[in-house]
Amino acid sequence: MTGSIALSVNGRRHMVEAAPETPLLYVLRDDLGLNGAKFGCGLGQCGACTVVVDGRAVLSCLLPVAALEGRAITTVEGLGTPERPGLLQQAFIAENAAQCGYCIAGMVMRAHALLDRNPDPTEAEIRAAMAGNLCRCGTHRRILAAIRRAASSRKGDRAGTPPPATGAGQGQGQGQGHGAAGATAGRVRS
Amino acid sequence: MTAPLHVSRRSLVGGGLALMVGVPFRRAALAQGITPPAVKPGLPGSLKQAPRIDAWIQIGSDGSVTVLTGKAELGQGLKTAILQVAAEELSLAPAALRLVTADSDLTPNEGYTAGSHSMQDSATAIRHAAAGARALLIAAAGRRWGIDPAGIACAGGLVTAPDGRRLTLADLVEAVEPGAEATGQVPLRDPAAHTVVGRSLPRVDIPGKVAGGAAYLQDIRAPRMVHARIVRPPRYGARLVALDTASVAGGPGVIGIHRDGDFLAVLAGREYDAVRAMRALEKAARWEGGTPLPDPRTLFESLEGYPAERTVIHQTGQGAPAGAGRSVSARYRRHYQMHGSIGPSCALAEFDGTRLTVWSHAQGMFPLRKAIAELLSLPEEKVRCIHAEGSGCYGHNGADDAAGDAALLAVAMPGRPVRVQYTREQEHLWEPYGGAMIADARAVLGADGRIADWDYAVRSPTHLTRPGGAGQLLSARLLAKPFTEPPPKALPQPEGGGDRNAIPLYDLPRARIAHDFVKAMPLRVSALRSLGAFVNVFAIESFIDELAETAGTDPVAFRLAHLSDSRGRAVIAAAAERFGWGKPVGRGRGVGFAFARYKNLAGFAAIAVEVAVAPEDGTVRLVRAVAAVDVGEIVNPHGVRDQIEGGVIQAMSWSLYESVAFDPEGLRSRDWSTYPIARFPDVPDSLDVVLLDRPGQPFLGAGEVAQGPTAGALGNAIRSATGVRLRDLPLRPGPTGGAASL
Repeated sequence: MTGSIALSVNGRRHMVEAAPETPLLYVLRDDLGLNGAKFGCGLGQCGACTVVVDGRAVLSCLLPVAALEGRAITTVEGLGTPERPGLLQQAFIAENAAQCGYCIAGMVMRAHALLDRNPDPTEAEIRAAMAGNLCRCGTHRRILAAIRRAASSRKGDRAGTPPPATGAGQGQGQGQGHGAAGATAGRVRS
Repeated sequence: MTAPLHVSRRSLVGGGLALMVGVPFRRAALAQGITPPAVKPGLPGSLKQAPRIDAWIQIGSDGSVTVLTGKAELGQGLKTAILQVAAEELSLAPAALRLVTADSDLTPNEGYTAGSHSMQDSATAIRHAAAGARALLIAAAGRRWGIDPAGIACAGGLVTAPDGRRLTLADLVEAVEPGAEATGQVPLRDPAAHTVVGRSLPRVDIPGKVAGGAAYLQDIRAPRMVHARIVRPPRYGARLVALDTASVAGGPGVIGIHRDGDFLAVLAGREYDAVRAMRALEKAARWEGGTPLPDPRTLFESLEGYPAERTVIHQTGQGAPAGAGRSVSARYRRHYQMHGSIGPSCALAEFDGTRLTVWSHAQGMFPLRKAIAELLSLPEEKVRCIHAEGSGCYGHNGADDAAGDAALLAVAMPGRPVRVQYTREQEHLWEPYGGAMIADARAVLGADGRIADWDYAVRSPTHLTRPGGAGQLLSARLLAKPFTEPPPKALPQPEGGGDRNAIPLYDLPRARIAHDFVKAMPLRVSALRSLGAFVNVFAIESFIDELAETAGTDPVAFRLAHLSDSRGRAVIAAAAERFGWGKPVGRGRGVGFAFARYKNLAGFAAIAVEVAVAPEDGTVRLVRAVAAVDVGEIVNPHGVRDQIEGGVIQAMSWSLYESVAFDPEGLRSRDWSTYPIARFPDVPDSLDVVLLDRPGQPFLGAGEVAQGPTAGALGNAIRSATGVRLRDLPLRPGPTGGAASL
């Protein structure tokens, strides 16, 4: 039966009317109008619905909303907006770390939880942490680069040095000259 | 309860277009249908189908510029690249432009967004239309000022005379010649002077996607929207023989149950109520019968047993006798594979009593409109199909079917937008797969170490069952008065379907290539990214390595010795150089190389890979890859790089891990545990993309060049690492390094 449930999402308190077993995903998307968490499988297999609860990445398609009263839920909307993206989101933008992007909000939240727990992860630690989130477009290496970029930006912040500018490496024509046809005009390293 | 955030649908449709005066183009002038006929065959790109400049570029009375494309953003970066091309010719900032993508009411009909055609067809048309629009503005200013247009400049939204007089675009809109057509003769900006094209402009759609913007069809929340869930038969061909609706109809939030023959759906005001009702309805439905599937153990024997239509697609040198030499033959096979979109298909439809509007992430809004109009017996002009982004599709997935379902339900509930969301299982079980295929290759290697004769046949089902007609929509075939699926067709050369890339680009003195088209479709099949090219390039590039080995020649040298195409040679040389081809690798490691020109008429790709094979279980890991590509003039280098990276990783997943599981009772790949795909730990440590830019050359498309070469290079690398030649996709060496039976 439907009841009132108090939720804390992105630092704001909401009262929602929902059956207690309703997966958090539907409440976030339909009742709170948040677009970030996506329906991918409803089975806890793909990670498209990943959000952070009390600092841990969780799969919102499986979590009953009643279990979340009083806990701090963070979605990708809590990290920034399209106009004012947060540091991790800026890193994803700077690295072109999305093709269709359907998995990306889940990737961002998984990475957010990782960097909070382990601010300076190794490549292997990043890959292991991200292993539960599926991407079908093959954007993995951009996503890994975005997470590394965000980690070094955070380090820069802590050291009191400015983080790399958003879009660094995306600048106009960097490494992309137009030489004579037949020459290797552009060189892109990943 | 907090107020739901309703995203105005107009914000997605682009309500501002109503303000557009300028020169509204006559939609009647645009071709309708699946393959729009060319009305001006001599024009570049899709201008052939829609020659009017204002079909592509519209200038509002306020001077705002709108670009229209009949193609859709599928995650390939189309929006960004199209904006760059238009901005370059108009000398405007990309951010100053508005963009409308595939919408059957607004944009030109460019058929499907498929086959790596978007840049070739749409960007080419828009490039010339934008140059034409600039020329029209300059001509209008010349008339206004009474001066020779030759000295007039148009940049930054201002038209400037040599003496410094200026007019804005808004000043000139009314003076522009109405209905002008592009000629394709207006000079384009000199590639050497490009400031937008050729630059890695950041993707315009990513900020919304990483920060919860309303970026997807799934994010549309229309007022009074109803959530629908479908209940599918348990297997192909099963019939609904009993349904106890009473227990479900009274469930919480249920608005209605819709049944028409074997098409069964439940509707609720709240999404989770629809999910629960769907589960209850699944239990309340009793199905019988169904079409048995082949025995997977004898799948390829079954495929060989089906009747086939043979077409000899290429023949050369048959007049001369085959040279003497060593004969080599091999058979290559590919299992069924799926698109596996991360988001199951979704659609939204609204019927106002007269007109139906459908939002869909399918690849062809005009063909979809035709199919839905036929499904509902509506005139086509009463149906509008609007593309809204969904999860990446990689071909014909469940998107069209979902749109058809939403349309069926919307007309049953006039005035209420109906949103259909498939489950993971429905997408996995009902999407049309990439078909199982067999390729037989035989060649004679002459005493000079060169290929003297080549004989190749590929056996394949169709790679195109996309809508165009209602019978190609899944639920249309389940209705009480069902539509019949039309007989499958082979896609003709030069692009081909199952025989795409069956003709090698290599210099062969004597060759015979046949396509055996199989009409039987025991599993539902259609277009999966690169169609038959994935299999044919895998087969040809594996076989080339087998021949090189027989000849005792380095595989890269062997390729170069048989290839006179200069652009092909350039990508091979670039990939080999960047990779460090020829350097030794460690124990348990192997290297492989492959090359193709997609469709023999689009982009070139050469790929070199290094793999590590675990001796204890035969697990293959792609450690390192280099791809060198030539896709013509590059609009956005990072966009091309990302398409190639994605292509390599996706094709690695297809090649190493993927085959649809089934048994005679039905399909068994129903989720990600029963259809595993690549994960983060599987992706290569290094993946370099070398871009060979060709400024001034036609756009060739980047979305499908990497798939076939990736498979070929992996097979060759496994051979190099283990000594075992694997000829079946997916490539699964056994624990002893031997080929496991599949």
